[in-house]
Amino acid sequence: MILHELIDYPTLRVIWWALLGVLLIGFAIMDGFDLGVGALLPFVARTDVERRVVINTIGPVWEGNQVWLILGGGAIFAAWPPLYAVSFSGFYLAMFAILAALILRPVGFKYRSKRESTAWRSRWDWALFVGGFVPALIFGVAVGNTLQGVPFRFNEDLRIFYDGTFFGLLNPYALLCGLLSVAMLVMHGAGWLVLKTDGMVQKRARTYGSIAALLTIVLFALGGLALYYLVDGYRITSPVNPAGPSNPLMKGAEMAQAAWFANYRAYPLLLAAPALGFLGAMAAGLGLKFRMGGGVVLLSALSVLGIIASVGVSMFPFILPSSIDPRASLTVWDASSSHLTLFIMLFATAIFLPLILIYTSWVYRVMWGKVDEKSITDGHGHAY
Amino acid sequence: MEFDIVSLSRFQFAMTALYHFLFVPLTLGLSVIVAIMETVYVMTGRRIWRQMTKFWGTLFGINFVLGVATGLVMEFQFGMNWSYYSHYVGDIFGAPLAIEGLMAFFLEATFVGLFFFGWDRMSKVGHLTATWCVAFGSNFSALWILIANGWMQNPVGAAFNPQTMRMEVVDFYAVLFNPVAQAKFVHTVSAGYVTASVFVLGVSAWYVLKGRHVELAKRSLTVAASFGLAASLSVVVLGDESGYLTTEHQKMKLAAMEAVWRTESVPAPFTIVGFPDQKARETHYAVEIPWVGGLIDTRSLDTPVEGIEELVERAKGNIRRGLIAFDALQKIRAAGTGTVDPEVRKAFEDNGNLLGYGLLLKRYVDDPRQATPEQIDKAAWDTVPEVAPLFWTFRIMVGVGMFQILLMSVFFVLSARRMLDRYPALLWVAVLSIPLPWIAVECGWFVAEFGRQPWVVEGLLPTAEAVSSHGIVPVLLTICGFAIIYTILIIIEMSLMLRAIRKGPEPDEQPDAELIPASVVPAE
Repeated sequence: MILHELIDYPTLRVIWWALLGVLLIGFAIMDGFDLGVGALLPFVARTDVERRVVINTIGPVWEGNQVWLILGGGAIFAAWPPLYAVSFSGFYLAMFAILAALILRPVGFKYRSKRESTAWRSRWDWALFVGGFVPALIFGVAVGNTLQGVPFRFNEDLRIFYDGTFFGLLNPYALLCGLLSVAMLVMHGAGWLVLKTDGMVQKRARTYGSIAALLTIVLFALGGLALYYLVDGYRITSPVNPAGPSNPLMKGAEMAQAAWFANYRAYPLLLAAPALGFLGAMAAGLGLKFRMGGGVVLLSALSVLGIIASVGVSMFPFILPSSIDPRASLTVWDASSSHLTLFIMLFATAIFLPLILIYTSWVYRVMWGKVDEKSITDGHGHAY
Repeated sequence: MEFDIVSLSRFQFAMTALYHFLFVPLTLGLSVIVAIMETVYVMTGRRIWRQMTKFWGTLFGINFVLGVATGLVMEFQFGMNWSYYSHYVGDIFGAPLAIEGLMAFFLEATFVGLFFFGWDRMSKVGHLTATWCVAFGSNFSALWILIANGWMQNPVGAAFNPQTMRMEVVDFYAVLFNPVAQAKFVHTVSAGYVTASVFVLGVSAWYVLKGRHVELAKRSLTVAASFGLAASLSVVVLGDESGYLTTEHQKMKLAAMEAVWRTESVPAPFTIVGFPDQKARETHYAVEIPWVGGLIDTRSLDTPVEGIEELVERAKGNIRRGLIAFDALQKIRAAGTGTVDPEVRKAFEDNGNLLGYGLLLKRYVDDPRQATPEQIDKAAWDTVPEVAPLFWTFRIMVGVGMFQILLMSVFFVLSARRMLDRYPALLWVAVLSIPLPWIAVECGWFVAEFGRQPWVVEGLLPTAEAVSSHGIVPVLLTICGFAIIYTILIIIEMSLMLRAIRKGPEPDEQPDAELIPASVVPAE
């Protein structure tokens, strides 16, 4: 097969690096408001009907949204197998915690309103809170650890060994990133609630959301400062062959202070990413506070986009540095699938991703409009 | 079971996969049955079909969420517990999983929201489209998963790359059109249709027995019996296709399933029951039917079914060639970017596809090249899976499959003759049959996966090599965690299912839609 030679290997690798970003940002924006709404549920909604309103704002769409995560996992497996192997086994117990929390979500949505008992419903409300808060926190913690480097190494068969512990993941910088992630998604979830609800629920969402936006700005700034002064980045110390085989052990790399800022020094235009993170959060916070309409969710989405893109841009070409053996770090140039697989996957993505975007927007259009208390209590049984 | 990381990881995978597959077959089949019911509603305008769609849709929904929740665990688990596997074959195995997400899972999950929430927001045809999208999505999903699994059974279209120390795709068409994957897909999806049919049949039979919702139940019985008859035939006929393919691609699995200890004179008999004894390499008290084994397994009267002892002999030869490949690989890697002796390269090209057999020795010795003849002997015998459990689960699966054809045929005839409420005893049989398809599908997966041992990818990668380098404590923790969560969830799920069934369909008092508006029909 010669077809895949149409796009050269380095270009495909960069495309898949960008697509990895698209999928993770897609997940954070689409499923992010679900997670944020879950984390806000016990606070913005006090009565049972209010809680059902909040749940039903995401009821018809969360399932599709969660597929962004499933697709993200599948795409990492297919396009970046070493990343999949190292991160999923390295973050073992953290992954389990995410799974346990995410399992609670589908059943929480579906089963909560199947029985009248208050105790039953309140238990599921807390399950939904955990299902929103915990994944949001852990995803942030994982990014925080990725920025610092993760204690893994390879033997010469490329078998992976991981020298860290679960509690080692919960270091101060990672927790800061975890809180940033929670604040960011709560802000985004509040934006969604402003779009989909009115009355008291919307009012409370504005209050919590504007606080979350403020926290997002502060934590993002603190995270950046710590990354400059306290947490070392990584850089490659050997010549790079962007078309080389995907074997991470063929290069040299080292830790260096402020190395994560090198890309910005070389290409100042990249500063647009963190700027978008800040400005989006500021605008979303102001919009939430000063009674702007549903458009606020677009501003918070821009902030999410900017913040996650900042992480990716800062680290390029690294995707998962190793803190105990920097040369084993996974980079765009040595941790991908083969040329042919990347091409096949790009082909599949080019066909299906546009289709997904088309029918997803159709579903959102069908379900457009606010969820009010009447739609819950009218007895048609079309709500959770 | 030994208490080591390999056994624990296998146990966890088996536990979570078998649990996941409690929900998948019902999702596969019920999504199609519900779509058929809604199609009848849209075509005839009869409200009762809408009521049926919504009622079975509710049960579908309760089941569906657990399939989704536990499916995520499956996707994550390859990386969590099987990181060397993920590295070694991710270049091939990851692609179908990702395409599943792109092509199938998005479709299914996006439209399932509309199925439940969209009744008042769309036209009838629009809603029907959403329902069919859910059905297609779940079935496409099975297609891609079975392409991935089929590759583990029959790894085509891939080659080992010494520079990256992993298998890489060389021919994606071969992976897509892998005959094992295609046969498995049809067999598995049909099994899902049968599961849902038996479920609908059993629940409806209960309503008829209790005299509740009889109109709805009878129509449901008719749908289940017709759909189920076709599906149960397809399971067996195409299941046989899957067995036939096993003879070509996984001879050892077949020999173990049938407890064929040594190659018999042709045509081979079929052992209906017996007690396989792994140590003595005999099947005690075997009841055999002459010729049938040869007919089923090879579709001929003159091709032998190869026996375990002969296959072990062949495995010994493969191991020796695997060691040549292993040795050549070490030399190629030692040369680094320098030139490699052409003879070494040729040795690797000739034997590289048997590298996995060399890795079987890693269990006994760090450097397989140092293996003694006794160790090679042991490793060759390791290629024999445990016979008795395979022998029995295979027979349970086949027995249930045959019974399901009978059940569906009986109800098909009853339905055609409008005698569905005539024989209460038969209705009770239908009710009591509800658990059977689940037993069959779980046995089926057991045969497929346990029968492939000691390989995780047949002939390429031993299961023992594929695990992550965890200590046993974290794996034990997650096993306990999943066991607790899964147990609680299945109790809740079953109780909600039973409540929904006891409660029955929502009343629907609206008149049937008129296909020909009254104004057009002349009065008298």
